[in-house]
Amino acid sequence: MHVFSDPDNQDAYLSGMLWILKLTGASVVLALLLGIVLAAMRVSPIPVLRGFGASWVNVFRNTPLTLIIFFCFFGLYTNLGVELSDDLNINNFWLGVTGLSAYTAAFVCEAMRSGINTIPPGQAEAARAIGLSFAQTLRLIVLPQAARAVVAPLGSILIALTKNATIVGTIGLLESSNVMKQLINDNGDAVIPIFLVFAGTFVVLLVPTGYLFGWLAKRLAVRR
Amino acid sequence: MTGTVLYDHPGPRAQVRNRVLTVVFGTALLGLLWYVYARFDARGSWAAEKWRPFLDAKVWTEFILPGLAQTLRAALVGMVLALTFGVIFSVSRLSDHRWISIPVGAVVEFFRAVPLLLMIFFVFYGVPFLIQGPVSAFVAVVTGLTLYNGSVLAEAFRAGIRAVPKGQSEAAFVTGMRKGQVMQYILVPQAARSMLPVIIGQLVVLLKDTALGYIVAFPELLQQGVNVVSANFGNVVAAAIVVAAIYILINASLTLFANWLDRWTAQRGLRARPAAASGSPSI
Repeated sequence: MHVFSDPDNQDAYLSGMLWILKLTGASVVLALLLGIVLAAMRVSPIPVLRGFGASWVNVFRNTPLTLIIFFCFFGLYTNLGVELSDDLNINNFWLGVTGLSAYTAAFVCEAMRSGINTIPPGQAEAARAIGLSFAQTLRLIVLPQAARAVVAPLGSILIALTKNATIVGTIGLLESSNVMKQLINDNGDAVIPIFLVFAGTFVVLLVPTGYLFGWLAKRLAVRR
Repeated sequence: MTGTVLYDHPGPRAQVRNRVLTVVFGTALLGLLWYVYARFDARGSWAAEKWRPFLDAKVWTEFILPGLAQTLRAALVGMVLALTFGVIFSVSRLSDHRWISIPVGAVVEFFRAVPLLLMIFFVFYGVPFLIQGPVSAFVAVVTGLTLYNGSVLAEAFRAGIRAVPKGQSEAAFVTGMRKGQVMQYILVPQAARSMLPVIIGQLVVLLKDTALGYIVAFPELLQQGVNVVSANFGNVVAAAIVVAAIYILINASLTLFANWLDRWTAQRGLRARPAAASGSPSI
């Protein structure tokens, strides 16, 4: 393990993993907000909004994330001059967050929508019967119950998002996969330990997350 | 629950309100689209010479179609291997022998948690040091796709096998079948049918993930259609839109096929529907 006793390599490893955590943290907030708005659009009484939500989901769910991130860099930044920060790294970070959030929001929207579909129609009918409007029905009755039903799928989405964050390395951010590539190229004699450390970090982070969400989903499930 | 349960059938006032909101949001969306259009226009992205290359047959026969062929080749090989991996590992994880099921479970959990890109980088940059020889980008991409999607499929199959009603295997044991025969003739075929939509959903993921090959310079659709084309014609926005449209077309038709298959198998009563088994989304 001589590779990881070198402080420079330790720093590179830590900053690589830190970028992944930052990307995940920022994207998960944006993707959740955007995804819930899109889901509300898709069940709303206004056809224009339904169409917009549906197109968003169909476009982003069916396009490879690599292409989306590529487009964020070469399309938005290089071509259109969208600059989100003066610092090159921070700029790449936010471009990556933009792509990750736009992509993940499509999956959050679909999860929320299928969560809404699990709620018995009687709930919404009762809400309407006592005179609640569409927005009130959604906010007070439907979404709180749907949120409990979507804990498990949202967990899978969060785990996938953490792994997908490595793709932001494509546009030059020195996140974990790029750091691993560099370390492998510099230390050809320690290829397997290097891979196991990086892969192991993801396993240690994500396998418990999976169990946690499974446990939460069972605990929060609405018993009918 | 369908969307229409969420709001009353609109009366006169609601109809007026919905029309007003339609106009308001419609204008807002049009404004947004126009803003995006204008931003692109200011950089000349809609100029005819940026799009003309796509009318040239040579651009298609030399770049886009060979790229698409490589994407489909990697996806097809990946699909076959991932399905094989998935069946073998799901069956082994359900084995009665702990010395089989525990290590297999660990392998599946490991490959499900490791980012695909990390595996591709390991095979592409790391394995050459180990075997003292080059590894092609194709092998790296297909290995990564197989291990990752195979593990995800193994979990899906396992859920499907466990969702087959218990009476099925009990009846099979009564007729004198052995464990392996019950698995082979009774459980796996029923699980495969009930899990078909999930399997196809995962295959869409696999097809999209071939685009990671771009990062290790595998000449697939993203590499050839966007990178190479835009390097030649300076039309990165146009090229990205064309290639995205190709991906969307292929994946949307696969998804439509999966939905059709879902309804078809439901109609034919080909399965004991395991609602919980098809729960987690493929992403």
